[in-house]
Amino acid sequence: MKAKGKAIKYGSNVDTDVIIPARYLNTSDPLELASHCMEDIDADFVNKVKKGDIMVALNNFGCGSSREHAPLAIKTSGISCVIANTFARIFYRNSINIGLPILECKEAAEKIEEGDVISVDFDSGIIINETKNETYTAKPFPPFMQEIIKNEGLVGYIKNKK
Amino acid sequence: MKMTMTQKILAKHANLEFVEPGQLIMADLDMVLGNDITTPVAVNEFNKMGINSVFNKEKIAIVPDHFCPNKDIKSAEQVKFIREFAKEKKIPNFFEVGQMGIEHALLPELGLVTAGDVVIGADSHTCTYGALGAFSTGVGSTDMASGMATGKAWFKVPEAIKFVLKGKLNEDICGKDLILHIIGMIGVDGALYKSMEFMGEGVKTLSIDDRFTIANMAIEAGAKNGIFPVDEITLEYINEHSKKPFEIFKADEDAIYCKEYIIDLSEIKMTVAFPHLPDNTRTIDEVGDVEIDQAVIGSCTNGRIEDMRAAAKVLKGHKIHSRVRCIIFPATQEIWKQAMNEGLFEIFIDAGAAISTPTCGPCLGGHMGVLAKGERAISTTNRNFVGRMGHPESEVYLASPAVAAASAILGKIASPDQV
Repeated sequence: MKAKGKAIKYGSNVDTDVIIPARYLNTSDPLELASHCMEDIDADFVNKVKKGDIMVALNNFGCGSSREHAPLAIKTSGISCVIANTFARIFYRNSINIGLPILECKEAAEKIEEGDVISVDFDSGIIINETKNETYTAKPFPPFMQEIIKNEGLVGYIKNKK
Repeated sequence: MKMTMTQKILAKHANLEFVEPGQLIMADLDMVLGNDITTPVAVNEFNKMGINSVFNKEKIAIVPDHFCPNKDIKSAEQVKFIREFAKEKKIPNFFEVGQMGIEHALLPELGLVTAGDVVIGADSHTCTYGALGAFSTGVGSTDMASGMATGKAWFKVPEAIKFVLKGKLNEDICGKDLILHIIGMIGVDGALYKSMEFMGEGVKTLSIDDRFTIANMAIEAGAKNGIFPVDEITLEYINEHSKKPFEIFKADEDAIYCKEYIIDLSEIKMTVAFPHLPDNTRTIDEVGDVEIDQAVIGSCTNGRIEDMRAAAKVLKGHKIHSRVRCIIFPATQEIWKQAMNEGLFEIFIDAGAAISTPTCGPCLGGHMGVLAKGERAISTTNRNFVGRMGHPESEVYLASPAVAAASAILGKIASPDQV
């Protein structure tokens, strides 16, 4: 599995309330959620995001609420992958469970800048910054999580194990 | 083989003699929880699994508390959807408005969670039940769905940070001040993926309500869970509230912790978290002049009877500042009744505060106290992120019930002794 797109960059502690504000949680419709994605820290996000783009952030991405609406809004907005130095643990679980690829990589999180063209190979964890001509390596997923990802999330994993 | 308290609970529920940090396990669940925001997504995912029945209808709790009593048509539709699911699956622990309370105050009060349990909840503050010596942690809707279907969840066994508590909190200082102090010290990702294990002689000086507040906010330091040892105070609470069988787990004397902090409770001061992160803390003497428009007293963090009493103690005989809206929301119907019977409502109403039915509403900017652009609130809730209580240009300051009440009277952030 591979992804390629332009980087959209944020800082540390991007919380679930700014990824998808609670005032929009009276629905679970993915398209409606995506239309408000990142609204409170980056009002322009929904206009600039293109299918395949890659979200990059520093520490503790997705901290706060357990709302699965957050990774769902990001995924539905067209983002193909999120790269950060660290993720908040519930966001991490939720992303794996719904099939939003995420990678932990300190070097990529620090060096990638807004607009850089990035390609990612999920099997090897290799991240290539085509703009800067740099290569970074993310921690690979443990085999157990690879199984969940292969089944496109936890629901597929359980269905196929039944 | 040495294990922490969390590791022992997880080992038992995974049918293993021993677990170590980093190990991936499948654990049996004693309770699976969801609310009106997360359960609709979980029901959709559950239906996709092609499984007809839930693993154990007694071990599921659905609490519509966030946008309830329903604030608009969409939220009413969401609750209708999960109400029908609960009815179809014959889940007894679905709590309608009138029985409903804020989930993390309600479940312990009804005895649905107890010592030694493994609990997952599709709500990040599920970590609250660590106060009772349970392993409990927040997950998302898909985990809730899979938990309802299989009765199991996967976990990575966490490393632990040890917090050794010594001494005793001074008067008017409470669990909220302690946990804000700790988050300020270690940061919002200071316990990322880890368990926060509280121990030491000081624990026995903390009431069960203080422990609920402290465990509740473990997530605000990024922790997987926060947990307290089971002692006389825990047992008194459990015996009063629960008929469920329970098991007491104790950390091995020489269990391994990745970090250790020793905290003298007598040195903790009233603490306020400034916008826009819970670790942006200052002690009350460092606050300066911060005028406020709203004071919110309640939530899963500070909506219990002791919190109501602490607010009443400060508000008694005083008036809320003319600029301030003070909204008090006891966390459950039982706490409501108790506060009413103790005469606290008379104090609140005479002071000019509004008393709300239990709801999470204002904490997450849902309803019942949303902030306008440029407004500031002091709140006993748990998060002060950008836009958390309303407009993205509003501000939330987190504090204890005593500080929130004093601030409501003076119209600016203040300590009770300034009143």
